[in-house]
Formats: sequence, C-alpha cells, structure tokens
Amino acid sequence: MNWITNYVRPRINSIFSRRETPDNLWTKCDNCGTMLFHREVSDNLNVCTNCGHHMGITPRDRFIALFDGGVFNEVEVPLPQPDPLQFRDQKRYPDRMKAAQKETGEAEAMLIAKGEIGRTPIVAAAQDFSFMAGSMGMYVGNAIIAAAEEAVRFKRPLILFSAAGGARMQEGILSLMQMPRTTVAIQMLKEAGLPYIVVLTHPTTGGVTASYAMLGDVHIAEPNALICFAGPRVIEQTIREKLPEGFQRAEYLLDHGMLDRVTPRTEMRDELIQITRMLLGLTPPVKGDLPKPEPETVSNKDETAPEAVTE
Amino acid sequence: MIQYLEFEKPLAEIEGKAEELRAMARETEEMDVTEEAAGLDAKAAELLRTLYADLTPWRKCLVARHPDRPHCRDYIESLFTEYTPLAGDRNFADDHAVMGGLARFDDRPVVVIGHEKGNDTKSRIERNFGMARPEGYRKAIRLMDLAHRFDLPVITLVDTPGAYPGKGAEERGQSEAIARSTEKCLQISVPLVSVIIGEGGSGGAVAFATANRVAMLEHSVYSVISPEGCASILWKDAEKMREAAEALRLTAQDLQQLGVIDRIIPEEIGGAHRHRAATMATVGEAITAMLKDLSGKDAPALVDDRRRKFLNLGEKGLAA
Ligand SMILES: [Zn+2]
Repeated sequence: MNWITNYVRPRINSIFSRRETPDNLWTKCDNCGTMLFHREVSDNLNVCTNCGHHMGITPRDRFIALFDGGVFNEVEVPLPQPDPLQFRDQKRYPDRMKAAQKETGEAEAMLIAKGEIGRTPIVAAAQDFSFMAGSMGMYVGNAIIAAAEEAVRFKRPLILFSAAGGARMQEGILSLMQMPRTTVAIQMLKEAGLPYIVVLTHPTTGGVTASYAMLGDVHIAEPNALICFAGPRVIEQTIREKLPEGFQRAEYLLDHGMLDRVTPRTEMRDELIQITRMLLGLTPPVKGDLPKPEPETVSNKDETAPEAVTE
Repeated sequence: MIQYLEFEKPLAEIEGKAEELRAMARETEEMDVTEEAAGLDAKAAELLRTLYADLTPWRKCLVARHPDRPHCRDYIESLFTEYTPLAGDRNFADDHAVMGGLARFDDRPVVVIGHEKGNDTKSRIERNFGMARPEGYRKAIRLMDLAHRFDLPVITLVDTPGAYPGKGAEERGQSEAIARSTEKCLQISVPLVSVIIGEGGSGGAVAFATANRVAMLEHSVYSVISPEGCASILWKDAEKMREAAEALRLTAQDLQQLGVIDRIIPEEIGGAHRHRAATMATVGEAITAMLKDLSGKDAPALVDDRRRKFLNLGEKGLAA
C-alpha cells in the first residue's frame, strides 16, 4: 500500500518546507525595497504585495501552491555518476554540490512531481534557481527524461517551470549534451500526443532556453522574467552599445513572438488548469482551492499501467 | 607564409634562421650552408614533433582556431562535386555564417551544411566569424527537411565559436532557432553524420552535431563554453583560460572517452593548417566510413539510433 509515500510524505514535505522559512519576520522586496511581513509574501507566492515584483520561489513551495490541497508525489530521478570530469575550478565540484545541497535541502536543481491540478492529473517539473543557479547537468537531464517517461506512461500532460543560468559548466560537454537529451524526452511526449506546457521564470538563459524551454506547445512566462540565449552583459560587450530598457524580458519576448502569454504567478494555477483541460478535451474546471484529494484518488486512480499497482 | 601560434615561437626562430642562411647562400656563391641549414631543418622538425605530440587543451584551442586551418568551404570544394548552394530561411534573411546546399559526395547526392568562418578580413566579416544568427539555424532546418523529403544523407561540418550574441539575433529567437535545429537533427530519417573540423562552440555546435555519428579532427575542440568564458565565470579571471581548458575536457581524446564522439580523425604532425590537402582527404575517408556504417539501417532505425545514442550519453565517466 502506498499510502505513506502518496499521502504522508507530501504532507511532511509541506511541513518541512514551511518550517525552513527564515526566522526573521520581515522580508525586503528586491525591487521596491518595501519591508513586507514574511507570511504575507509567502502567502502571495513570493510576489511583492506592494509592487508585484516576482521573487524566486523554490520548486517545493511552487508545487504546494500548484497541486490540489498541496499534495503531490515526487517522481524518482535516476542519479547520474557524480563528478564525471573530476572538475575543479577554485573549488572542487563535489564541494560545490555539497554546499548547494546543504543550503537548499534539495538533492539537485530540479524537482519532478505528479498530482492533480483542478482535479486534472499532471506531471510537473520545476527547476531550482537557488541550487547552483538551476544549472542543467546530467541530473536535470535525467529528471526531464523521468518526467517525460512518467507522463507518457500515465498519459498525463507535462508542465515544466524553467529557471536556470544555463548549462552546468562543471559537467563540461556532458552538460551540453543535455540539450539533445532533453529534446528527445520532449519528442517522446509529443509523439504520445500529450501537451507540454513551459512556464518560463526568471531567469531562463543559455542552453536551457535553447532546448526544452523553447519547445513547448504553449509558452507562458512570469512577468519581467529574463529569458535569453546570450545574457545582456555578453551582448553589450559584443556589440558595444547599451541595450534598450526591458530587453530580453518576458514582455519583450511576447512582443517579438516568442511567448504565448505573460501571466502573474498568482493567476498561473488557474490558467494552467484551464489550458490543460482544453488541450485534453475535458470539461471546464471547478475554480478555486480544491480540498486535498482523497488518498485513494492520489494513488494512481487513472494509472492503468501494470507497473503502477506494485508495492 | 605560415602564421605561427604563440607556443610555436621557438620553432619560428629556428625556421627563420634556416631561411636566412639559405637567402644568404643565394647571394654569396662561395658559401656552402647546405649542411648547416639541413641541421636547422632537422632541429625544427624535431621540435614540431615534440610540440604536437602532446598539445595541452589550451594549445589545441589555438590550433583549432588557426586562421589557416581548412574551413567548411575548403572541405566542400575538395571533397564534394556539383556543390549547389541553397540560400535563405524563407523568413528573414540568408545567413552567410552557415553554408549549405546540395552536392555529391562519393558521387552520391547529399545535403551538406556547415559553419564558415571566412579566410580574410572581408570574408570573415561577411561570414560573421562563423557565428550564426537564427536565420542560419533556420536555413539548416530547411535543408534538413529537404534531405528528409528526398532521402538524402546529411553531412554537417562544425566550426563555430558559438551562436552570435547580438541584439537582432536575440530578438528573432536565437534560442528557439537552436532548439528547433537540434530537434530537426533528431527527427530526420536519413543518415546524419557530423565532423567537428575546428571549434565546436556550445549550443551553436549542438544544433548541427546531434548526429548518428560524430567525428572530430584530432586537434579540434568541442565545449559547453569557451575556456575564456568559463575562466571569467568560475575563476573570475579570463586569463585563467589554460586552467579552464584543462578542466572542461574539451579535447577529442577526452570526448571519445566520454562517449560523446565516435571517432578521432588524425592530423599530421604540425596540425591541419600545415597539411591542408592531406587533412581534407582524411576527413573525406572518415565521412565515407561513417556513412558506410549507417548504410544497413532503414529510416526508423536511423532515428532510433540517434535518439538512443543521446539518451544513453553520460554513462561513461573519465574515471571509468
Ligand atoms: Zn516590491
């Protein structure tokens, strides 16, 4: 019986995540500088209640807000071999990894989960910018492949939240190879006729933008998110001129035809439910916060694949 | 005259001396310098051999970027017949950083696509130093579609510092163009083989090199970021490029060990820029061999082979 893994663990996850919030009660908005009551900001999904600025949010907090009743099951990601190049810059790569793991409490820069949004079963992937700038290495590649396989196996759409400084340099060429690897994963989804929705969040850059983040059926971005291949600093150095205000921001990309929509985080869940259900040919959603699904509903009710009923 | 690289300075001195001696001998007939000059030649040859026997990763980057190294255009001229360039992305422009079209290879019609850096100031500017804009990738996508429709093998020649980091390139969707080009590489059901002939610069290279078989010239490099870029980010000092080049494992030898490339095409002592004709011939043989390797596979098997190759990548570490 997978009651523990399906119901209790997500709850524990959510309790832990709440407890990890800093002890100081006030948060300062990065944009307008207003001091905000911490609880107020976190209840508003880290969006400033004064100016609407979108601050970073961890995958776990995002999933708690996204899934019905905050309940989700993590999808296991096969671990790649650690430090394949024995990379060392000013620090050893394993030391950087350990520091990031300690700081974030996460294993790596991407979290995969399945659950329901508006009673619509989905698989979700979220990249963690706080973990080594969300950089894409073997693990992130494995995570996207695992997410796509899970989606195909249970015929669910995949919703992916991107956030990354690019490829993980410490994995050298193997990080670059995640561009074709993740593209294969997205092709598996498309061939299975499943929706693939990308939510581009601040910042999404480099090899991540130039692979799975730009191959969605629908591209939605959070307001003012930086989305680019080459960063503004590199471009300014190359062309030796100042870039216009708002260059490579979500609204700019919307204007230039690279995105379908720019949607505030606080409205994202409803929008994702609406789009997903239309793409799947389902009835209109029941709006608003839904209670936690019954443990039975979570435990693979739609999952007819034989492997799903093990344990 | 050959352009010497920074690490070839001692060689330049010896070869210069030998040249001077011979010039003097031509003027004053009673002087016999044959023996002395021959001695210098031997010394130079020995030095060249030593230098190239064990090139550091950074030196390989310099060799890979050498202006006299054969470029895409040279390979097309020497290895292909009936080359018929096809231009434009049918959307915005024709990107001269990417050449491509129909041609015959070993008499068989194929589609050839590659980055071209140019070989003098004028052509370098026209080719944007081999840094493609979205139009270049979209032209490549078009050509791959054409190959797919008419069942022609695709040969790509990779030689780019990276995709162009410019304002217009970003506005017109550099990321999307690269992503779609990589996706197209994975979709076409014809043989796709790729040779990294110089620099394999990041996403700009992947967009062409997501192939069934990838070969690399012995002193080419293929990397997620340039050593200078990596050094300035991780070492906070662009001058640490030697260390970065070392750490990134960007040489053909390391990449073969990691399973990223399938074959190394040897260069003669002194590198491809000293032996242009010989290098081009060897590359031709490698392309023939790679195409032959794929000849038994039908359309679905070719797509499957490519996908599996990339999905399975990363299982081999350097430690293993
Ligand atoms: Zn604010």
